[in-house]
Amino acid sequence: MATADKPKYNVIGTRPIRHDGVDKVTGRAMYGADLRLTGMLHAAMVRSPHAHARIKNIDTSKAAALPGVRAVVAAADMPQQGDRHVELGEGAVNMRHLAANVLAQDKVLYRGHPVAAVAADNIHIAEEAARLIEVEYEVLPPVLDVRAAMQADAPILNDDVRTVAAGAPESDQDKPSNIAKHILFEKGSLDEGFAAADVVIEREFDTTMVHQGYIEPHNATVLWNADGKVTVWMSTQGSFTARQQTAELLRLPVSSVKVVPMEIGGGFGGKISVYLPPVAAVLSRKTGRPVKLLMSRTDVFEATGPTPGSHIRLKLGVTKDGKITAADAWVAFEAGAYPGSPVGMACMCVFACYDIPHARVEGFDVCVNKPRTNAYRAPGSTQVAFAIETVIDEACEQLKLDPAEFRLQNASKEGTQRVDGPNFGRIGMVETVEAIKASDHYQSPLPQPSSPEHKTGRGMASGFWFNVGLKSSVTATVNGDGTVSLVEGSTDIGGTRTSIAMQLAETLGIAAEDVHPTVADTEGIGYTDVTGGSRVTFSTGIAAVRAAEELRNKLAARAAALWDVPDDQTKYEDGGVTGPDGKRIAFKELAEKLHMVGGPVIGNGTSGDQTQGGAFGTHCVDVEVDTETGKVQILRYTIAQDAGTAIHPSYVEGQMQGGVVQGIGWALNEEYFYDGEGAMRNATFLDYRMPTCYDVPMIETIIVEVPDPNHPYGVRGVGEVPICPPPAAIANAIHQAVGVRMRHLPMSPPRLLAKMVKA
Amino acid sequence: MHAFEYSAPHSLSDAVSLLSQANGNAKLLAGGTDLIDQMRTGRFRPALVIDVKKLAELNLLEFDSDGLHVGAAVTCYRIYDEPDIANDYTALADACHIIGGVQIQSRASMGGNLCNSGPAADSTPAMIALGGHCVIVGPGETRQVPVEDFCTAPGKNVLERGELLAEILFPPRPANSGSHYRRLIPRNEMDIAVVGVGASVELDEDKQTIKSARVALGAVAPTPLFAKDVSESLAGKSATDETFAAAGEAARQIVSPIDDMRGTADYRKHITGVLVKRVLAAATARARGETINYKAGRD
Ligand SMILES: Cc1cc2nc3c(=O)[nH]c(=O)nc-3n(C[C@H](O)[C@H](O)[C@H](O)COP(=O)(O)OP(=O)(O)OC[C@H]3O[C@@H](n4cnc5c(N)ncnc54)[C@H](O)[C@@H]3O)c2cc1C
Repeated sequence: MATADKPKYNVIGTRPIRHDGVDKVTGRAMYGADLRLTGMLHAAMVRSPHAHARIKNIDTSKAAALPGVRAVVAAADMPQQGDRHVELGEGAVNMRHLAANVLAQDKVLYRGHPVAAVAADNIHIAEEAARLIEVEYEVLPPVLDVRAAMQADAPILNDDVRTVAAGAPESDQDKPSNIAKHILFEKGSLDEGFAAADVVIEREFDTTMVHQGYIEPHNATVLWNADGKVTVWMSTQGSFTARQQTAELLRLPVSSVKVVPMEIGGGFGGKISVYLPPVAAVLSRKTGRPVKLLMSRTDVFEATGPTPGSHIRLKLGVTKDGKITAADAWVAFEAGAYPGSPVGMACMCVFACYDIPHARVEGFDVCVNKPRTNAYRAPGSTQVAFAIETVIDEACEQLKLDPAEFRLQNASKEGTQRVDGPNFGRIGMVETVEAIKASDHYQSPLPQPSSPEHKTGRGMASGFWFNVGLKSSVTATVNGDGTVSLVEGSTDIGGTRTSIAMQLAETLGIAAEDVHPTVADTEGIGYTDVTGGSRVTFSTGIAAVRAAEELRNKLAARAAALWDVPDDQTKYEDGGVTGPDGKRIAFKELAEKLHMVGGPVIGNGTSGDQTQGGAFGTHCVDVEVDTETGKVQILRYTIAQDAGTAIHPSYVEGQMQGGVVQGIGWALNEEYFYDGEGAMRNATFLDYRMPTCYDVPMIETIIVEVPDPNHPYGVRGVGEVPICPPPAAIANAIHQAVGVRMRHLPMSPPRLLAKMVKA
Repeated sequence: MHAFEYSAPHSLSDAVSLLSQANGNAKLLAGGTDLIDQMRTGRFRPALVIDVKKLAELNLLEFDSDGLHVGAAVTCYRIYDEPDIANDYTALADACHIIGGVQIQSRASMGGNLCNSGPAADSTPAMIALGGHCVIVGPGETRQVPVEDFCTAPGKNVLERGELLAEILFPPRPANSGSHYRRLIPRNEMDIAVVGVGASVELDEDKQTIKSARVALGAVAPTPLFAKDVSESLAGKSATDETFAAAGEAARQIVSPIDDMRGTADYRKHITGVLVKRVLAAATARARGETINYKAGRD
């Protein structure tokens, strides 16, 4: 459903077959694990069995002596980083921490922390050799809970971490702390706001660490060539970011490293950080041969970057007639082994859906003995949406207000100021609530339970994500057969080759099929930021539109030359050039003649000057609860989301559905399950329970289109916000079904049953 | 994975002698859906792997006057595709339908499920409920052991060195009988039973009174359990929801589950009661010739 009158597009809004489709469904697409190079060695990692320990000694002699072993590395073989922070595209990174996460220095901070690596003639020898490396540890007590880690007497993970105050009062800078950051945002006066409220609700929430669960484990194959040039073939969301991290970790100039992005089997934020390339690179330097290093699924769970578990307190003040007067949140995130959780973004998101006059948010970034967390689809927003959206539901219950009307009444609109300062531009929060209200789902009665032991309920929730702009480059070349070759640097996770090609095709007035997109390596295209932040269709799209505009100008000039008329007499429009006296030449025809009038035509486009307007979604879900077992089935699910302008509606729907499915996973069963020693007990897909196709119904999608004025076609990123509302929507539906309020994720059968028994 | 020898004998006697000569350093391979993963993770490092899929006796699936013979290597899909099993030994079909997905069911066997001897093996409670006997072949006499006596501890069973499981033999089904197996898992697919319950119910001619019943429990003790007293106490009772609920209550008392990532001990106890009640009701409905409202994988 479009909110404004949409311009008539030829390509945008259609559903062409994706350019990489055949390769992917026939298994021809090349992923990192498929790569085989001449003389290639295989490497295996030695990983810490302990969550927290000091490394006393590493003895590699037995491993090195095993026939077929070619090289062994530990932290001592890696370049020293010293005390430096480096800008890596998405903020400054402490290089000592980044390096220690790649290969542990003096301490291991989580189970699975890499300690050493071996390269050998085949993977079996490498694995045997890894077993022969003897590491002597002094085991230290682990800290596994975010609140326990904040205590003054908690064991300290990193001696070099002090609490940085961001808006909050300065703390004692002499003492190392697990609290790496203390954030404070304030708006208006809380006292005044709560005094004006008729109902004040204050609740506490816990969420557990969860993983993106991308199907393809991390991989890297590296050749450190004799000329000093390092080539990395890998699965990554950002080849330029990976290049920069690898270069900094190896202390090389970026131009000495080339990253060749292979096809990527999912990332969701988890494939931005570099884990394997620096280690494989040093093994390659030692052996002079390419070295391939792959993670197992257990490695991925134990040692890559899941999203933080959290503890949240949230207080909301509302008047009798449903106006939010004040809100206060306290948010502590598990950063994992090293600082850097997305708690800051969580603090900006928590109240973003609503226009709240008086608000405060306090946030803490806290180190615990778990893997260093990383981005995961709308990082931080899902945790806080669970808190705010269930408290709103409770307020509506107490005040007997309709949750949809409540949301409409309080919704953020153009001009609303967020708690962290910025004012929104044109956004579509209201429209997504209206779309849900008008949906067939919302208009239909709740399904009857399937047996007397079952109960059904309906819930709704909304969510927000910023979406980012950042930088992209595109190069487009006109081919003699009337097609265009498009080269871009954005690794394609969600069908973006096609959504970028479509924007170029629309601008040129040609068919999407006549554009041939290629994702180039770091030497084949200009700098391009990560595929993340829901930015590619927006920002790489802008670069593609600009490249097409350059082509249009050049083609108009070539037509002028062809007709021998002045340049200002020709104009590119409707897929061709028009000139004086009714002259007209179509793009295809002109392309064939270019060799006669000046030769090749190339258009370049870059972006980086635009930021996005923000994305909102509202969801509605029906659940059935088995009152005897606590098991929840999702009966029906509808998502309405503002996509600005849907370039390729199928991929927009795919992102919406994928986000919901992951959100259902958070809601019902996914969690890092730790024992007291800090070992994750469910580090396989058997016991880390992501939803299967039997656990989700067909997710119904409603694309709302409130164009973003920052993009020539009105695109808003769609990849992240769909994950935010599901846990809250499901919790609200569970409440309607069985009358209990769940404030702990996941709402697994034992947890829900225990709560029902207590109630 | 480590290096090992592989052999695929065509006769039972060759298999037994290979096994006997290996000094406990061999592993039998049926579908490999347990074994290959266990070798990949290094839990088992056998010097010799003996493939049993080429042994005719282990691929037998037939009915005779003794009842139903299921060769130890017969794959799950062959079991649930067999109409007479689906009709008369329904609990076996139920169990084989939920072991893994289609790919696993085309490889995995009930023999492997039993010999892996996991406490949560899905087909074992179904086999116990249907009164199955293990036919064991080895260097000595062929012997038979009731399925409920086969497993001795997690991953351990009564097989002696050189012995293998040839088949599982199920007695003929009485008139007015029905059976069912189901498990509780947090998802609807791809999971290990938090609790699994198999039951067989034989009704009197009036179809209102229970003549005999067998109830078996999985994932609530170190080995799959035959709930003997619970089963015997059902004989002569009227087949009502109260009777089934009482049996569930009684079953809760005999289990000794553990706390782990798959469920807490308290939760497993509670679920034992719920599932025994539900499974008895479903088996009874089938004994009456009714179809039950059950989606494979749902509890
Ligand atoms: C993805 C996946 C999902 C699964 N889901 C389930 C599930 O839902 N429920 C469940 O119960 N299991 C499940 N399993 C485990 C496994 O599939 C079953 O236990 C299966 O029945 C094993 O049969 P198999 O023929 O593959 O055994 P194998 O792996 O070949 O053998 C298993 C063990 O039995 C021994 N063995 C095999 N045959 C004999 C014999 N004739 N005599 C003596 N010893 C023998 C082997 O040496 C080995 O120790 C799953 C496994 C996977 C990989």
